[in-house]
Amino acid sequence: MSTAELMDFDKAIELFEPVLGFEVHVELNTKTKMFSSAPNPAAPGADAGEPNTMVTPVCLGLPGSLPVVNEQAIRFSISLGLALGCDIAPSSRFARKNYFYPDLAKNYQISQYDEPIAHDGAVEVELPNGRTVRVEIERAHMEEDAGKLTHVGGATGRIQGADYSLVDYNRAGVPLVEIVTKMISGAEHDAPELAKAYVSTIRDIVVALGISEARMERGNLRCDANVSLSPRGSGKLGTRTETKNVNSLRSVERAIRFEIQRQAAILAAGGTIIQETRHWHEDSGTTSAGRPKSDADDYRYFPEPDLLPVEPSAALIEELRSALPEPPAERRRRLKDAWGFTDLEFQDVVNSGLLVEVESTVAAGASPAQARKWWTGEIARIANQDSVDPSSLVSPSDVAALVSLVESGELTDRLARQVLEGVIAGEGSPADVVEKRGLKVVSDDGALIAAIDEALAAQPDILEKIRDGKVQAAGAVIGAVMKAMHGQADAARVRELVLERATGSAAER
Amino acid sequence: MSELISLTAAELSEKLSSREVSSVEVTQAHLDRIAEVDGDVHAFLHVSATALKVAAEVDGARNLGARLSPLAGVPVAIKDVLCTRDMPSTAGSRILEGWIPPYDATVVQRLRAAKLVPLGKTNMDEFAMGSSTEHSAFGPTRNPWDLERIPGGSGGGSAAAVAAFETPLALGSDTGGSIRQPAAVTGTVGMKPTYGGVSRYGAIALASSLDQVGPVSRTVLDAALLHDVVGGHDPHDSTSLDRDWPCFADAARAGKASGSLTGVRVGVVRELGGEGFQSGVSSRYAEALDLMAAAGADIVEVSAPSFTYAIAAYYLILPAEASSNLAKFDSVRFGLRVNPPGGGTVEDVMAATREAGFGPEVKRRIILGTYALSAGYYDAYYGSAQKVRTLIQRDFDSAFAKADVLVSPAAPTTAFKLGEKLEDPLAMYLNDVATIPANLAGVPGMGLPMGLAPEDGLPTGIQIMAPAFEDARIYTVGATLEALLEESWGRSLLSHSPRFPLDPLPEIGDARTEGTRK
Amino acid sequence: MSATNPSPLDAAQVAHLANLARIALTPEEIEKLTGELGVIIESIAKVSEVATPDVPATSHPIRLANVFRADVPGETLTVEQALSGAPERDGDRFKVSAILGEEQ
Repeated sequence: MSTAELMDFDKAIELFEPVLGFEVHVELNTKTKMFSSAPNPAAPGADAGEPNTMVTPVCLGLPGSLPVVNEQAIRFSISLGLALGCDIAPSSRFARKNYFYPDLAKNYQISQYDEPIAHDGAVEVELPNGRTVRVEIERAHMEEDAGKLTHVGGATGRIQGADYSLVDYNRAGVPLVEIVTKMISGAEHDAPELAKAYVSTIRDIVVALGISEARMERGNLRCDANVSLSPRGSGKLGTRTETKNVNSLRSVERAIRFEIQRQAAILAAGGTIIQETRHWHEDSGTTSAGRPKSDADDYRYFPEPDLLPVEPSAALIEELRSALPEPPAERRRRLKDAWGFTDLEFQDVVNSGLLVEVESTVAAGASPAQARKWWTGEIARIANQDSVDPSSLVSPSDVAALVSLVESGELTDRLARQVLEGVIAGEGSPADVVEKRGLKVVSDDGALIAAIDEALAAQPDILEKIRDGKVQAAGAVIGAVMKAMHGQADAARVRELVLERATGSAAER
Repeated sequence: MSELISLTAAELSEKLSSREVSSVEVTQAHLDRIAEVDGDVHAFLHVSATALKVAAEVDGARNLGARLSPLAGVPVAIKDVLCTRDMPSTAGSRILEGWIPPYDATVVQRLRAAKLVPLGKTNMDEFAMGSSTEHSAFGPTRNPWDLERIPGGSGGGSAAAVAAFETPLALGSDTGGSIRQPAAVTGTVGMKPTYGGVSRYGAIALASSLDQVGPVSRTVLDAALLHDVVGGHDPHDSTSLDRDWPCFADAARAGKASGSLTGVRVGVVRELGGEGFQSGVSSRYAEALDLMAAAGADIVEVSAPSFTYAIAAYYLILPAEASSNLAKFDSVRFGLRVNPPGGGTVEDVMAATREAGFGPEVKRRIILGTYALSAGYYDAYYGSAQKVRTLIQRDFDSAFAKADVLVSPAAPTTAFKLGEKLEDPLAMYLNDVATIPANLAGVPGMGLPMGLAPEDGLPTGIQIMAPAFEDARIYTVGATLEALLEESWGRSLLSHSPRFPLDPLPEIGDARTEGTRK
Repeated sequence: MSATNPSPLDAAQVAHLANLARIALTPEEIEKLTGELGVIIESIAKVSEVATPDVPATSHPIRLANVFRADVPGETLTVEQALSGAPERDGDRFKVSAILGEEQ
């Protein structure tokens, strides 16, 4: 769809009230899968693995195999439910969702249907403009992830036009919690920002709980976003679309904005919205039509006969409740105070969805100011340029290491930016990049003094000016020296040496 | 050799442990018997190529003085619904033809650990759907009593193999009577344990909330011995019961030794008898009740009105669960793949494979189950059936308040002719009328011989049921009743079988076993 | 089935169910099943006679709850074991024909 078929966003909001809804899937980072003792590729430090190496008969749905529930996944799910302010069901159970798809080993997904483990909660979501929106949670339920399909042949590597597909079941059975919101109205102009802030809040919560690696680019956290528009004053709900697998914070915001503009254009032209799944295209920033909802969506849910009800004791719930980390709003207040940021500085971090990153970087030893500077500055700039989330580029520990190299004087800011570039390019840790690229600051005063002398010789009047008290004239010399050293010098030290040279020369006379 | 195959597992156990015979000899005798009769009976889908090797290993271990389990060295046949990593496991379906699983079912692991000798895999109705073994994709099994007749189902292969003296022991699975009904029509013993008493891990699922694996044998004691081997908690099956079970063989021995039923309240289920039951079945049943009364049992009539809804509930719950359990047969990870003419998408391939790979009864039940679960029908069908299940459990509860065990005929008729009910699914479904309630409630039940029907000279069976967890009670009462019956017959029922391997015995002329073979 | 007691199922419905169940039934099979299932459904529909609202549903014959497994990795299949039954493979993955539909 071309942008010509979009309505101006402000105009769209003037005519329609946007109603949002989100389904966020969180991959839990347990050691093993939801229903089998196969290792979990979403565990800390794990990766997707070589194809079909992290499977048991259960993951492959082999005839005769049976699921057994992972106790840790239950505990994590209850903790998440509590952190979302939900009620924990005294009895919940698993159900089978039946549909055929080659990545679904049994051709049914074990999920929860009418009896989810957690229901009726709410989270406070803070918007960039300081407004706080309460997003109500309908339910959080447990289920299993599907395997991974690779489409081969055809022009795009996408499903359409592929010649055949390959299936790897390593991801089959990874524990998921799906968090479903109630309908969110009243977001108005802030709808796109709310979407991003909501997903960011969920991410903060699961990271604080330590129950997911929460890397959106790896699919640890996935968002399906529902949008419908209600004509102002009509009192009628619009038809909703569900945009699937929007896998970065940035995309969540863009996808919601796009859908509002697209639907508004159609409705204003007298068209109707089709209830359908839509796919988000990161490159074009658009959504395209997927499968319409139809009779084929008869999932024939029924209670999973191979599994038994989950009935957490009040004692277990209280144990998990007492171990909960502080709520996000309190946490933000605490961090803002601890870091000594101004309102503006702190909002900058929150709105960029970088609270977790800055916190982890500070925890790894960096000063809050430096951590903020790097994340919201250079890293955010590169991320924006590459259309990815900053957190996908570099780890907090690498950023902390970088800051430490700058603070010890081993790197200048300029060198540090080159080192960051190397880290993002996958050349290793900051120390590795310094080593490989030879990016050390020249700390040998002899080499610096020689360069200073050369520069002073080229501009003899400068020394006079400095002696006359025009210290800023030293800038020209510093610039020349830095250039001669290819930037691998500490400008502050060069300045010291230049001033010493000027005053020292005076003393000699 | 014929002496060896006529022995019970308990007798073989003694002769093996005293080293009077070797497991190789015993195994060879049974392999010879299979070679001799299985062309006619067709109880086996696969005969193990390694049985003699396993037997030799057991003999070797015994000769080195290893402490072995009671059944070490005794042959056993395994219903093809159970996964075996060294033999194809097809569940009687074309869609799994030749599939060798990469893992053993828990019960198979336990057979191997106790050093029984697996002889092979036995025939069954496809995915255990049927009461005659005619729905096997690989041809029917025939009743050793009369090769023109069915051996019951779905476990007709295991029952026929035991009845034809091809093996002393076999494993079966029972979802609505697949162990007990074949036992009744072949003159053998079959036990469906309490749901959760035996692991389902590695048993290719038909209906998860009904399926239960259990022993098939020629005597109550043998069933108990095998139950002791395969039973008990399995962490790989969430529905497996984590509790200490008594020794079932001891329970059977105690029953056999006592010969008395004094103080035992035997509940006769009013709804499981009378109309729809063959006259010879009813008359043998009445005689069995008399025999128990004479042995001191207190015979009480109990009513279970909801049992009249059991078949209806069963044919909603089973197809519903089966339609989902059988979705995994899609040509992606294992089993048959059929490419439609001109290729097609994966959806087309799945649909073509399932069309070609499933037989008519399987398709019938999958479609029925899909219907029962689909939007708009769930509450009326599946939901209601689950409520009937509650009512049936309540009926059992009140019946067991009045009786220690419940009894009924195990099957309404003797073995019918091959093809007789194949085109009438509803008539076929009625074969399980007496056995289904126990599956719906999860309680244990046993089928054991109660004589030959006078009108056709074919075996009839009685069913004994006990409250959940009270499997031992069935073994005790069953062993007592078995002893009383055999005493009245003068010998075992199977010794009347035309397939009895020893020289024909002199006719005893007891009315309880006599009948006119037709 | 008389006119006053129409079949609970028609051929179009059976075809729809076959599609849901991914079985490429032939028209002859659909016709035969429509008749057979009609009879079966009529006879099993009587469950609703006694399934009154006050009766709770039973999905497990033996009441258990909270059966869990410790979060400890166990044995996995080797790649060769995993793929041993595959009708078709490509390297270490299962191979299937092109997919028409989309992820659910």
